[in-house]
Amino acid sequence: MTVPDWLNDFLWTYQNLINALGVNGLLALSMYVVLAVGQLSLGQAAFMGLGAYSSALMTVQLHLPFPLVLPLSCVIPVLFALIIGGPTLRLTGVYLAIATIGLGEVLRAVYLNIDLLGGPMGLNGIPESAETWMIYALLATATALLWVVGKSRVGRAMEAMREDETAAQVMGVNLWRYRLGALVASAALAGLAGCLNAHVSDFIGPNEYGFEPAVTILSYALLGGIGTPLAPVLGAWVLTLLPELLRGISDIRLVINGLIIVVAVLFLPAGLFPWRLRRG
Amino acid sequence: MLSQQLVNGVLLGAVYALFALGFTLMFGVLKVINLTYGFYFTAGAYIALALADYGLWLALPLAAVGSGVAAVVVDALLLTRLRRTGAPELASLMVTLGAVLALNAAMTAWLGPDIRRFPPSMIPATAFALGDTRVTAAQILIFVATIVLVGALLSLIRLTRLGLAIRALASRPDAAGLMGINPARTAAIVSFLSGGLAGAGGVLIALSSNAIQPYMGEEMLLRGFVVIIVGGLGDIRGALIAGLLLGMVETLTAGYIASELKDAVGFLILVLVLWTRPLGLFGRAIIRRA
Repeated sequence: MTVPDWLNDFLWTYQNLINALGVNGLLALSMYVVLAVGQLSLGQAAFMGLGAYSSALMTVQLHLPFPLVLPLSCVIPVLFALIIGGPTLRLTGVYLAIATIGLGEVLRAVYLNIDLLGGPMGLNGIPESAETWMIYALLATATALLWVVGKSRVGRAMEAMREDETAAQVMGVNLWRYRLGALVASAALAGLAGCLNAHVSDFIGPNEYGFEPAVTILSYALLGGIGTPLAPVLGAWVLTLLPELLRGISDIRLVINGLIIVVAVLFLPAGLFPWRLRRG
Repeated sequence: MLSQQLVNGVLLGAVYALFALGFTLMFGVLKVINLTYGFYFTAGAYIALALADYGLWLALPLAAVGSGVAAVVVDALLLTRLRRTGAPELASLMVTLGAVLALNAAMTAWLGPDIRRFPPSMIPATAFALGDTRVTAAQILIFVATIVLVGALLSLIRLTRLGLAIRALASRPDAAGLMGINPARTAAIVSFLSGGLAGAGGVLIALSSNAIQPYMGEEMLLRGFVVIIVGGLGDIRGALIAGLLLGMVETLTAGYIASELKDAVGFLILVLVLWTRPLGLFGRAIIRRA
């Protein structure tokens, strides 16, 4: 297969941006899964960090091949989700949000203090073995899967939980099982995103998985909306592209970025892409 | 050695408690995670810096008023609207996130990212020593101010009609409206008080550290979460105790275990408290049940 020169140039110039769009799309889906059951859990950056660090260690220390590392990068985040899920998912609303942020900060301190994980310097020299097509294949698969789930009985139950937990429970939805399931799925997606992120950039550091990334990921899903799995992905793309487009006015770039979030929340409460899944 | 560590712990704890006072009031009454709180803290320090020539005793109250007004404006422009439409708490979290990104970036673009300092004339330079234990005048000022402000805030909330209105708004906003309390006005007053407390805290803490930069409030914000959750949301006395506790635990961890763990220990406490006692260590919110 030959690629035309102009396309090649384009891909080469914007490689980082294109990869970031894909990874951020996966993170937006990870946020979508928990928001879809009405849980304000902000642990996605922490799960992403676990995926990034564990996969980097598998590659650098154990020399495992990347096709094996990628699926294994879910393991640690999922185990972590199962362990913290019990006590954490009893919390709701702002308490859940703050507990998950707190867990993220504890993990950040762990990365900072363990020599094997590089401390404040992070981990360097991770081979750039993740290809752009892998990122987009995963993103497409995850979106399609979530779409199918969303249209099914399970999706109906999730939407019911989001709208009214008590009513959903009365209708026989096992809230606990759905909450834990959503958390685990969210952890797996974020773990994959972390692994891809580590293997496209050759460097990971503890500050990439703290409080700020956590709220950035939340803003993807909120800007896009959570009516369909595609909406948060598009939200992530808008928020990732925006700073690039505003590069010429770099001084006030962040100001505009912040104002866009404000305006979107105030005037578009259902997000930029408010369409909902139809069920037969 | 130990006595100095304990004194340092108490003084650091007073800093945390001072920062958290307005935060817990805002959170406890208005029920929003207001991420712009750190901005009022920073704004207070910058206003005082601009007014430094007039001396601390004029700059401090003006800084408190200025940041209080900023809090009222942000609340009126962004949060009142969401409250009226009954938007989910997530929306208010997001809107304050956007606002604080914009405000901090604007402040950095305007004032520059460099660290600024108060003129030497403004800082009480005296230090006191008792045996090996040293305390600066600025640290004592923070400690005294924290105690005084906690006392004043508690009396306001428990003893005055305004305090009654605030408690009513915290416990049942709808019913409060039916009892002749103007919820919008009371919310504005709460915003003003919290913003003012944040601004005053910013000035005092900047006096002690003598470093003012646009993101100083952001750096305190996560510690603020720990203090207000461990103390119990809206629990002013709880915030004082939790602040002192956090300062003490951090100082002792840094002194006797490992200084790198200082940042993590607070969050570990936060997570453990949320898992075992989600209403805070003391299990009651004073604003609701004073």
